[in-house]
Amino acid sequence: MRERYPTYPLLSAVGWLGFAGVGVLLLLVPIANLFVPPGSALHMPDYLVPLIGKYCTYAMLALALDLIWGYAGILSLGHGAFFALGGYCMGMYLMRQIGARGVYGNAELPDFMVFLNWKELPWYWQGFDMFWFAAIMVVLVPGILAFVLGWLTFRSRVTGVYLSIITQAMTFALLLAFFRNDMGFGGNNGLTDFKEILGFNVQAPETRIGLYLASVIGLAATFLLCRWIVTSKLGRVCLAIRDAESRVRFLGYSATGAKLFVFTLSAVLAGIAGALYVPQVGIINPSEFSPANSIEVAIWVAVGGRGTLVGAVLGAFVVNWGKTWLTGAAPDAWLFVLGGLFVAVTLIFPKGIVGLAQQIRLRREAPRAVAKPAEGD
Amino acid sequence: MSCLRLAILLIVAFWSVPAAAQDVSELIRQLGESDPKPAIEALAKQDDPKAKAALEALAKGLLFRRLEDGAVVIGDPDGKMFAITNAETGDVEDMLEPDKIEVIALDAAAKGLLEQAGIGGAKAAVPLDFAGAVKGLNADSFDTKRTAIDQLTALGDGRAIPVLQALADGRLFSRKSDGLIVIGDPDGNRLRLTDASTLKVVGIGDAGDLDPVFINNNLRNVVSEAVGKLGLLSPDAGQRRRAADALIGNATPDAVGLLRKAFAEERNGDVRSAMALAIASAEVAAEDKGARLAAVDVLAGSTDLRVRSLLQARLAAETDPNVRAAVQIAFDSVQRKLQVIGWAANLFQGISLGSVLLLAAIGLAITFGVMGVINMAHGEMIMLGAYTTYVTQEVFRAFIPQAYFDLYLLCAVPAGFAVAALAGIALERGVIRFLYGRALETLLATWGISLILQQLVRTVFGAPNKEVSNPSWMTGGFDLVGGFTVTWNRLVIILFCFLVLGAIALILRRTSFGLHMRAVTQNRDMAAAMGIPTARIDAMTFGLGSGVAGMAGVALSQIGNVSPNLGQIYIVDSFLVVVFGGVGSLAGTLVGAMSLGIVNKLLEPVAGAVLGKVAILVAIILFIQRRPRGLFALKGRAADA
Amino acid sequence: MHSPITLAKTLALGAGLGALMWSAAASAQAPIKVGVLHSLSGTMAISETTLKDTVLMMVDDINKKGGLLGRKVEAVVVDPASNWPLFAEKARELITKEKVSVVFGCWTSVSRKSVLPVFEELNGLLFYPVQYEGEESSKNVFYTGAAPNQQAIPAVEYLMSAEGGAAKRWVLAGTDYVYPRTTNKILEAFLKSKGVPAEDIMINYTPFGHSDWQTIVADIKKFASAGKKTAVVSTINGDANVPFYKELANAGISAKDIPVVAFSVGEEELAGIDTKNLVGHLAAWNYFQSVKNPVNDGFIKQWKTFIKSDKRVTNDPMEATYIGFKMWAQAVMQAGTADVDAVRQAMYGQKVKAPGGFNSVMNTNHHLSKPVYIGEIRPDGQFNVVWKTKGPVKADAWSKFIPESAKLTADWTYPWVCGNCEKPKFGKYE
Repeated sequence: MRERYPTYPLLSAVGWLGFAGVGVLLLLVPIANLFVPPGSALHMPDYLVPLIGKYCTYAMLALALDLIWGYAGILSLGHGAFFALGGYCMGMYLMRQIGARGVYGNAELPDFMVFLNWKELPWYWQGFDMFWFAAIMVVLVPGILAFVLGWLTFRSRVTGVYLSIITQAMTFALLLAFFRNDMGFGGNNGLTDFKEILGFNVQAPETRIGLYLASVIGLAATFLLCRWIVTSKLGRVCLAIRDAESRVRFLGYSATGAKLFVFTLSAVLAGIAGALYVPQVGIINPSEFSPANSIEVAIWVAVGGRGTLVGAVLGAFVVNWGKTWLTGAAPDAWLFVLGGLFVAVTLIFPKGIVGLAQQIRLRREAPRAVAKPAEGD
Repeated sequence: MSCLRLAILLIVAFWSVPAAAQDVSELIRQLGESDPKPAIEALAKQDDPKAKAALEALAKGLLFRRLEDGAVVIGDPDGKMFAITNAETGDVEDMLEPDKIEVIALDAAAKGLLEQAGIGGAKAAVPLDFAGAVKGLNADSFDTKRTAIDQLTALGDGRAIPVLQALADGRLFSRKSDGLIVIGDPDGNRLRLTDASTLKVVGIGDAGDLDPVFINNNLRNVVSEAVGKLGLLSPDAGQRRRAADALIGNATPDAVGLLRKAFAEERNGDVRSAMALAIASAEVAAEDKGARLAAVDVLAGSTDLRVRSLLQARLAAETDPNVRAAVQIAFDSVQRKLQVIGWAANLFQGISLGSVLLLAAIGLAITFGVMGVINMAHGEMIMLGAYTTYVTQEVFRAFIPQAYFDLYLLCAVPAGFAVAALAGIALERGVIRFLYGRALETLLATWGISLILQQLVRTVFGAPNKEVSNPSWMTGGFDLVGGFTVTWNRLVIILFCFLVLGAIALILRRTSFGLHMRAVTQNRDMAAAMGIPTARIDAMTFGLGSGVAGMAGVALSQIGNVSPNLGQIYIVDSFLVVVFGGVGSLAGTLVGAMSLGIVNKLLEPVAGAVLGKVAILVAIILFIQRRPRGLFALKGRAADA
Repeated sequence: MHSPITLAKTLALGAGLGALMWSAAASAQAPIKVGVLHSLSGTMAISETTLKDTVLMMVDDINKKGGLLGRKVEAVVVDPASNWPLFAEKARELITKEKVSVVFGCWTSVSRKSVLPVFEELNGLLFYPVQYEGEESSKNVFYTGAAPNQQAIPAVEYLMSAEGGAAKRWVLAGTDYVYPRTTNKILEAFLKSKGVPAEDIMINYTPFGHSDWQTIVADIKKFASAGKKTAVVSTINGDANVPFYKELANAGISAKDIPVVAFSVGEEELAGIDTKNLVGHLAAWNYFQSVKNPVNDGFIKQWKTFIKSDKRVTNDPMEATYIGFKMWAQAVMQAGTADVDAVRQAMYGQKVKAPGGFNSVMNTNHHLSKPVYIGEIRPDGQFNVVWKTKGPVKADAWSKFIPESAKLTADWTYPWVCGNCEKPKFGKYE
């Protein structure tokens, strides 16, 4: 029976080569920053290191979304919520590390609590002074929320736009809730003014490189994990669910179980991405929950090419790099360019950047393989 | 010698003003020299505000030499510091500590000179005639204005009422050319001017030729009290009623006397009951027990919020057990009525919020619900409608006579529809038609469009909010009962929203376009086979949905911001409403919007605005689990599409 | 034959050297760069775009007058798009990549909090032009907007006075974020110290962009019906103000019954509202366009010429930007360099004749001394000044009304040299 389900290698030889190449390139970034003297053409300026680190966490988030949207057909318009929750867990740890160095010098309470006249730490802040606890929470909080939401919705077979809108409602509700100062998460100002992580000064260049490396490794691990899942049998089931859910059910597979698993996993990955993101940007604030942010994640995936893991990573990098570049280069017109890009991608390259590459390759190979002149479109 | 100098000075003063000003500065500087007397003498003869201010300060011992540069300055004590005005230039400059300045001392002779000049002695007598008092309204300080108002009231001159009324309404001006105090009444785009001291028309003027006479809130109260007392005897019943109403709970004894007199002569039933209430509200604290009981009896029938607090206060203060019991009963009865009214008000507010949500969502119910296009640019269609309203208003302001200005909104409705519909059709033809069947890709493309439209509007109109005014028939509101105010703009929007919904339902059910539309959405291929031009129907349907969003924008401009972000405020809520109601069902959208609005408004007083909204979102998430296809789920094959 | 590695090395070295020499040659003439970090898109663009234009106007003006230290001044404009992490990213880019000497930017507190670590790490210089909650003093930031003691407390004192209507009952309505929270906390403590009982204070918070004010306006009406004169102190944030005032006007709440005093509503916000029915409601600022003095006349004329529109108005944050820019330029001239540390030292005690009247002075706590004005809304969307302080008021970085902050001092000169200390950093020099 085995051979009837062809097993796929994790990556093809070319794939491994590309993976290694990109990995080496990303690892070269800190070296070019630290060891190449400034002024050299090869020097990587300081500001680019945390920037690329940030892109890496965005790419992780995009991978997480692509896993469920591209492979299981679940479009979550609230994935930013899991990202933000992971970020908040990390932020709470970092807040506790400030200790008595806050402006009011209170060793126990973060500044905003002193300011709101809180007398003691609320129960849900307990334990966050320990890194291991915070690290577990980074996984658990988004995971449990996703599991509960997924269990409720997949069980009652909420699909398509209804699911998208539910996830959007979830992130919107969280946005409003976290805005409230009475919630105890710092309200609109969020958590900020971090001092150190695991005893290292968050602003030191070495720490920054460390965080950067952690993000690169995180991205690589996420990529391989997602790749492993989509090439496994579970991945095939997910694909089948995406294309014809009812049929999968009739064939006796537990569509609900498969969806629940990938959805929860995806939320956990998003949470980890958020946890890596926060110490690098130095702030976590409720606007990360805003529905527009989550929609943007879907757009990264679509621009890169939905349903291909490389596409998700590529999309995250390209769109965010474009944003960074254009907000500086054309501050008054960048929305025209970005908006135009989204329209153009859907109309001209419906499969995203990866799809475009495939098209070009096909067109180049077509004459050779079929030995027939290419037909005009 | 000094005579000659003075003569020259005077000549120079008449010859050229700037030269005179320089000399005044020079004289003021001389005040700081060892003998200030010649300068005092010279300055006293000058008709110059700076000279006057310097001498007055000198008389009060507030004229200083600044040690830093030797300049002569006026110091106004403020706490431990002095606010420094440069006496030579008249500019306010700085705050200084006392040790940075040195007071300019006076000997007896110098003091005598000042007194001779009438400085530091008694103030000039205040004019007591009517014209003088009117002139006093335009004084620099609010205290002087207050005095002038009191004088006008005390003079008991009937001419004072229109002047005071104009003052309260901001229609009192001082004419720039001659300083005449005039009342300005709108006459087309210009103002008809009436001399305030004679009440004779003196011509037509532009707002640019006039300086308004300002008052502050405190003076506004003084004025309205003065006008109100006289209003009790006004021949206009409405005015008498308002005057009586204003006296509920705060009538002074002489006002009660006036009220009784007016009550005895009053024939109009409405006005009588208002007056009775006002009298009772004063009598409830009377010495006589019977009078108190009678007053409580009258008050029990009221639903006025002020009466409730009056009764509550009485409850605490009353010592007589009988009266106390009566007050308690009256209070409970008022309280009960107010509670019912409170619920009714909440319900109205809920319907009003629901109608706003519904307006924002109807267009989406067509483009998303009927056509299945996830149109993220829907909010921007609303925004286009709002900006069209703004443009229409500006066109009216520029080209159409003032009298017809109120009609601008009626023109804005079709204009908003047309602009948004054309934008929608262009969007459908240019982008969306290539994406049918790829619902999620339309999300990406329309998101891009929405970014472009926002930035476009920002580039064309600028980023700040635009002002869109309510036409007069949508301004203000009326007090229904007991503090439950129904505002006209909300009422009009509720009506408008149902009108739009009804029109859409008619189009869908009763026109051939509607029939084609339904056919195409149910089975495109079959519809095409029957000869329906599906492409045209698609474009028109999308245009209709967008156009309705544009009309929503016209309505929303009346209650909120007109800014490039306008659409973003409503987009999440619109999708929620459509999904909650059930995609593809107009009735579902109606019920969805109304229930969200009403539940929101019932929760808000209990849970607060934020938690209430969070609770609703959670409730919707849970509700969808029970009914995965919304309130009004489509049945059959279409549901699976 | 060269090995490829040496070739690459040589090339890189050559390129590096070349770049170095070129930059050394050019630096004598290179312009002084000024960063502009205001949102041009997203929710805050409504307010911040104007400030970007103000900075551009000032840069234009200084270049017309021959530049600074003989060099041209060049504005580097970026768009942080109302996205708080993007603010931090753009701040880093401005300082490290563009090498700007100073940044004018930020509006919301959260955007300032977001960029603060970046400015402190890279020793940049930020001028922050908006009224805010205080409770902060950074070595790298100069705050040219009002602190609570320059806005909120004078306004409430005015409403308590007979002239302001002698209010006895208070509604503190605000958007739920840190500025209103702090202001209301300070005001609550202040009101209680003046003998206002707790039941006469109603505090209400609403989310950002709140658009349906029916319930709250009805509540205010109910609260005000208790027979005592009631006033509303509004710290409602920009965008939510339009629907709030529209509801207020239509519900028939006039200024003479229930005056509303706002701290975030200025000429620019009023330009988006029909003010006919809002006449008499109040605002407290350090500047109004209607203030009469030659400096302000010049400022208004300069703005209208620059923006090429007679309809555009000036407001308090614009004035704060104007003051900040002038002070920075003066400090650069005094220091003879645009170097951050030298400029910071030259800033203390720097005076600028402000459009709001008086000389505004930069204090050693990095905040300004400015006059306070209270204005009533006029039918034409301007304010009519009904009350003002006799002179400039010095800003408190740390409020006296919050116990934890009352003991802190901000002073960046010897012997304190810190932004939040209970005692000086240095002892006496004997």
